[in-house]
Amino acid sequence: MTAGTSAASAGGAASPAGSPGPLTDAEVERLRSDFPILGREVGSQPLAYLDSGATAQRPRRVIRAMAEFVERSNAGVHRGAHTLASEATEAFEGARARVARFVGAPAPEAIVFTSGTTAAVNLLTIALRNLAGGETAGPVPSSAPGLVIRPGDRIVVTEAEHHANLVPWQRLAAQLGAELAWVPVLPNGRLDLAQLDELVTERTRVLAFTHVSNVTGAVTDVQAFVRAAHQVGAIAVMDAAQSAPHLPLCLGDQPASGDVSAAAGVPLGVDFAAFGAHKMFGPGGIGALYGRPELLAALPPAFTGGGMVQAVTMRGTTYLPAPARFEAGTQPVAEAVGWAAALDYLDEDVGGMARIAEYEERLTARLLEAVAGVPGVRLLGPADQTDRLGVASLAIDGVHPHDAGQVLDAAGIAVRVGHHCAMPVHRKLGVRASTRASLAFYNTLAEIDRFGQALAQVRPYFGLTGAAGAEGE
Amino acid sequence: MGALDQLYQQLILEHSKAPHGKPLKADYGGESFQVNTTCGDQVRLHVTLGPGDVLEDVSWEGSGCSISQASLSVMTDLVRGKTLEEAATLSADFTELMHTRGQGFDDDAAADALGDAMAFEGVSQFPMRVKCALLGWMALKDAAAKAKAGDHTPAQIPEGWE
Repeated sequence: MTAGTSAASAGGAASPAGSPGPLTDAEVERLRSDFPILGREVGSQPLAYLDSGATAQRPRRVIRAMAEFVERSNAGVHRGAHTLASEATEAFEGARARVARFVGAPAPEAIVFTSGTTAAVNLLTIALRNLAGGETAGPVPSSAPGLVIRPGDRIVVTEAEHHANLVPWQRLAAQLGAELAWVPVLPNGRLDLAQLDELVTERTRVLAFTHVSNVTGAVTDVQAFVRAAHQVGAIAVMDAAQSAPHLPLCLGDQPASGDVSAAAGVPLGVDFAAFGAHKMFGPGGIGALYGRPELLAALPPAFTGGGMVQAVTMRGTTYLPAPARFEAGTQPVAEAVGWAAALDYLDEDVGGMARIAEYEERLTARLLEAVAGVPGVRLLGPADQTDRLGVASLAIDGVHPHDAGQVLDAAGIAVRVGHHCAMPVHRKLGVRASTRASLAFYNTLAEIDRFGQALAQVRPYFGLTGAAGAEGE
Repeated sequence: MGALDQLYQQLILEHSKAPHGKPLKADYGGESFQVNTTCGDQVRLHVTLGPGDVLEDVSWEGSGCSISQASLSVMTDLVRGKTLEEAATLSADFTELMHTRGQGFDDDAAADALGDAMAFEGVSQFPMRVKCALLGWMALKDAAAKAKAGDHTPAQIPEGWE
């Protein structure tokens, strides 16, 4: 891709579908004005929001779409025959199709709405437990025997996981008498792929991994993981929470068409994936479990109740097919509408995820440079830009992350402090907690420079200067 | 003075760099282990009771942010030699101070008794940091109650902490 072509740098409309190229600085400036919150001040400083890895901000288009839906069409879905119920159902199913297109799913039915990434992984593990317990829904495809977990089988995760893609698997393994193994994190923050084939044994039923670490920013070699899983008939489960806001995603087996973002993604061929709207510039409270339709068809429900049944008698119940089978209870319709609006925004107003990914490469390079220049600051994770996104988790010598975050906040810079729901990878990299800056496409080089300058003030504020360990604290 | 400097008073910075009450004494009448799960701060605190329920000794080991470490240090100075009842009053007053949200603390008698601990008043403007300042006081309350009850069992440490 050529950077900064004349048409793009003229600051005109976002490139239309089919002619990508990174976002230009002028375009980013204009897109920023779509996010009301980015115009606010913190203290007396303009906000520099570097915490999009925790939750991303929302453009006006999302806020308006939700308000319009609530003001005009709010109603329960899949029940009632009145006009509002019909409009709400159309909006909800339209949002499902929109999400499916955006992530390169083979069909809308591959998308199960959940309350978020965490709920998506838990839904899957509970359904797998129910299947292991003898509850059946449909035939288990011979291509995926991994769906049925027996005592002594193995579940493999990685040491880089967010707790959301770790704790549910630990629990499932304990419940089913399965063995939990994990792909270790190397000192440079990347996964130790050399151990993958050895760890994924013949008894492995599940290989669950994150696409991008929320601590190190390292991008996983998805193809290597999918291959390793499928060689032994295991299911490949991917946490896409941190990748979906930054990279074009094609979760299915076939190259996608019909969506500028998905079309730019390499087909990943995972069996399941989990992701949430609020990190993708959409609302909180909604996410999705992606599943291959034939696998979803074989899974019993996790939760039961209204909206997921075919017929109920006092003796028993028959369930609807997926995805409705997994969506018991009242659904977050306005949130689904807002999520679809966020995806429209990304494709239409921004010009697609490929443009974002290319622009963010520049931001990431600047971030790594800014951090490398500050004495006494250690980056957790790869320092080279290959296969890593714009996340910089830092250990600041002699300064606790809470204190660092406080000093940065006083400069108007919002970062996250703590273990970021990933205690094992912190422990592996020798710290309990860190200070994390995480980027999105609406960040600017100038904001990263401000971050670098404020970061350089942190240790001096606490009376520390020079390189790490120089004071013998 | 900006809010940041109100938070990080000189006294707090000094105590956090050279905290009082360390190292942890091996003998104790009561032990507590407390963690702040959001950021990983932790403390193991020992108290020894003397005649008349006097806190003869308080010692601790731990790690955490400057607010938590300084608060432990100032607390140690404040409660050593006090009775359990006096310490409980200080603890209640300090907790109240932490919940003033920067609106001022008008209990002059309590302010006098808290002494150096009044330097933490600025923390009350930062609700996210209040639990940092209270970590040590939680540990004191727990360890003192165990010492009073004659419960010498080691504190339970959640898995993954040490």
